[in-house]
Amino acid sequence: MDEADRLMTVCNSCRYCEGLCAVFPAMEMRRAFSDGDLNYLANLCHACGACYVDCQFSPPHEFNVNVPKTLAVARAESYAAYAWPQALSGAFARNGLVISIVAALSMAAFILGFAALNDRSVLFGVHTGPGAFYKLMPHNMMAGLFGAAFLYAVFALFMSVRAFWRDIGPPIDGRADGGSIFQAIRDAGELRYLHGGGVGCYNEDDKPTDRRKRYHHLTFYGFLLCFAATSVATLYHYLLGREAPYPWWDLPVVLGTLGGIGLIVGPIGLFMAKMGRDPALLDETRYGMDVGFIAMLFLTGVTGMLLLVLRETGAMGPLLALHLGAVFALFITMPYGKFVHGIYRFAALVRYAQERRTAA
Amino acid sequence: MGSKYDVLVIGGGNAALCAAISARRGGASVLVLEGAPKFYRGGNTRHTRNMRCAHDAATEILTGPYTEEEFWEDLLRVTGGQTDEMLARHMIRESKDILNWIVEQGVRWQPSLGGTLSLGRTNSFFLGGGRAMLNALYLTAERLGVDVAYDAEVTDLEIEDGMFLAARLKRPINGQTEIRATSLVAAAGGFEANIEWLKQYWGEAADNFLIRGTPYNRGSILKILLDKGVQEVGDPTQCHAVAIDARAPKFDGGIITRHDSVVFGIVVNKHAQRFYDEGEDIWPKRYAIWGRLVAAQPDQIAYIIFDSTVVTSFMPTLFPPIAGQTVAELAGKLELDPAALEKTITEFNAAVRPGTFDHTILDDCVTEGITPPKTHWARKIETAPYLAYPVRPGITFTYLGTRVNKEARMLMKDGKPSANMFAAGEIMAGNVLGKGYAAGMGMTIGSVFGRIAGREAAKHARN
Repeated sequence: MDEADRLMTVCNSCRYCEGLCAVFPAMEMRRAFSDGDLNYLANLCHACGACYVDCQFSPPHEFNVNVPKTLAVARAESYAAYAWPQALSGAFARNGLVISIVAALSMAAFILGFAALNDRSVLFGVHTGPGAFYKLMPHNMMAGLFGAAFLYAVFALFMSVRAFWRDIGPPIDGRADGGSIFQAIRDAGELRYLHGGGVGCYNEDDKPTDRRKRYHHLTFYGFLLCFAATSVATLYHYLLGREAPYPWWDLPVVLGTLGGIGLIVGPIGLFMAKMGRDPALLDETRYGMDVGFIAMLFLTGVTGMLLLVLRETGAMGPLLALHLGAVFALFITMPYGKFVHGIYRFAALVRYAQERRTAA
Repeated sequence: MGSKYDVLVIGGGNAALCAAISARRGGASVLVLEGAPKFYRGGNTRHTRNMRCAHDAATEILTGPYTEEEFWEDLLRVTGGQTDEMLARHMIRESKDILNWIVEQGVRWQPSLGGTLSLGRTNSFFLGGGRAMLNALYLTAERLGVDVAYDAEVTDLEIEDGMFLAARLKRPINGQTEIRATSLVAAAGGFEANIEWLKQYWGEAADNFLIRGTPYNRGSILKILLDKGVQEVGDPTQCHAVAIDARAPKFDGGIITRHDSVVFGIVVNKHAQRFYDEGEDIWPKRYAIWGRLVAAQPDQIAYIIFDSTVVTSFMPTLFPPIAGQTVAELAGKLELDPAALEKTITEFNAAVRPGTFDHTILDDCVTEGITPPKTHWARKIETAPYLAYPVRPGITFTYLGTRVNKEARMLMKDGKPSANMFAAGEIMAGNVLGKGYAAGMGMTIGSVFGRIAGREAAKHARN
């Protein structure tokens, strides 16, 4: 935080980066920086790296201005600071380990649970037609378990972002207006600020590319499509009384397949991009957190796609256990892993849109 | 890298890269020798942020027209007529096209930065600043096939009868310490970082100067060219000097060490005496005289003194102000004589006449009965804490250069144009700027003459 404060003082007396992204205009609206202000700026930063490459004072200059890295450190610290309940904020300290353990335990629990609930012949049997999945795990149990995990994650995230929102400084009336939310949805949806001010992100060197943005789009929209697939399937189940699995041409499967491809290709691309990035731009101590989340998304995508391809074979049972385990682990670790970056960043974008409106 | 190039460019800033790109686009093989390491490439361009170009209508980033005639009048005014009208008008005409040409080379514009509204109509700002501009030019040059060498310090030039033959390097590049080329573009800047050279004109005072750019702007190419028969232009004692924070590093403190607070307070020397009218004119027109004013004070140090009521009136500063609850306490921290500072402030406060303060115009807040007077924005300094910034002369660039013609071709001492030597940027800025400065002109000179020099150098190499 002291370093972030020092940097913002340097940057505020320079302002050359003003046109690159939202961080610098937001900074210029302040002369002194509270911890909440710095957390706001840290989460507004999309880590495109342009201000590092463009800065005449970045290392080896003695002013040692490294905004992307400093804000990355502050950002990761803010995740722990706003975690709910606070008792679990330690999960961010060794996040890669925590995520791996939860994922492993969760998948193991589903496999053991399936084995305990079912006879061997059922577990490794071939099941087809509507209700095939529920031969291994009753639908109500599945819906109840995942509904509870999901609701918990939503509640914990809500509590976290509420603390963040209160800490980053009072807006005019404490509420977010519709126009600002709409602006933030557009900015987040197109990753407007993961763009190096227009030319792309800086990765391994000083040549900008749009690679990370494209892979992030694949990952994010893949995730949304999978979520949409699950939602449509839930509606099918309760409204139309149609039970999974559905034929390949049906909406939940089409959405899930497209999303699954995104969740496989996107995370691989993001992982490769991360490995190739100039370490000077990164908070390397958070490698575990970043990679843990990427791995969870990838695992969800891969197990889902395998389940789709092999659902009419004897491998369906174990694969369903693995897929459900991965999704369960993804849900319950959402408030305690890299997933939160999207939530805080979105909140920061809403606040930024509000500030712009107020200033205009 | 081949053994002989069509065009050798010495230097690595805006002018050098514009020359290299323009020569390469003209079909020449080009080598750029940048004396600095890669991070510090680009000389003073690293620290720039905008360029002044004439334009007949408002654009996406410029708020209104800025005609050639108006540009010329501005230039005439800031130089007091010390300019080569033919060259200057040629540059202004060419500057119109540079607005587009530079974008084609990958540079991006943005509207004027916060706190620089007065430049919104005349000056185009680089998105991300001067280093972003340089990065774009280097990427374009390399993509076009221009060879670039860093840490490539040139120690001597072989010149015969005004004809460039070869450059000698301190360290070999690809095993070679001699680079031969058909044409030379010298775009290696001035000598502002060469303290010994500055001492020739300023004496020991130069030891107390801070240099706003990198330590690599030593003027060695300029010196070699002048020693070998190129005609000089510009007053060697002239340099662009502003008052910057005395706590800044010796070199490369750049833009962020500047102070914009002079008009909001008073400025005293080490004897706690005022020495110049702090409210003479609006700040953008006066900031560039304060470097020389401070240089003329004992030990080349001065202190901007103001009180807590004006802290938010100017841009935030890198170094915080030094504060005292009383004038005497502040004086103690500045190592000034407390009694002398108290006397100066008391007399100043007593001389302040009532008026309506408005820092955006030449307001009617004046002093009466003190010397020097403060002719605008004079308000009493009486609200603790009392604050101060120590300042020293910060040297931006020098004016001594090589004389050139419209083709950016160097002229020899006998007045004849050189067969194959061209110059662009700060090394020849003195042709246009005999003295004085207006924001963004250095970059205009660099881009316009860089582009011309590259084109002409390539043309010579083809023939």
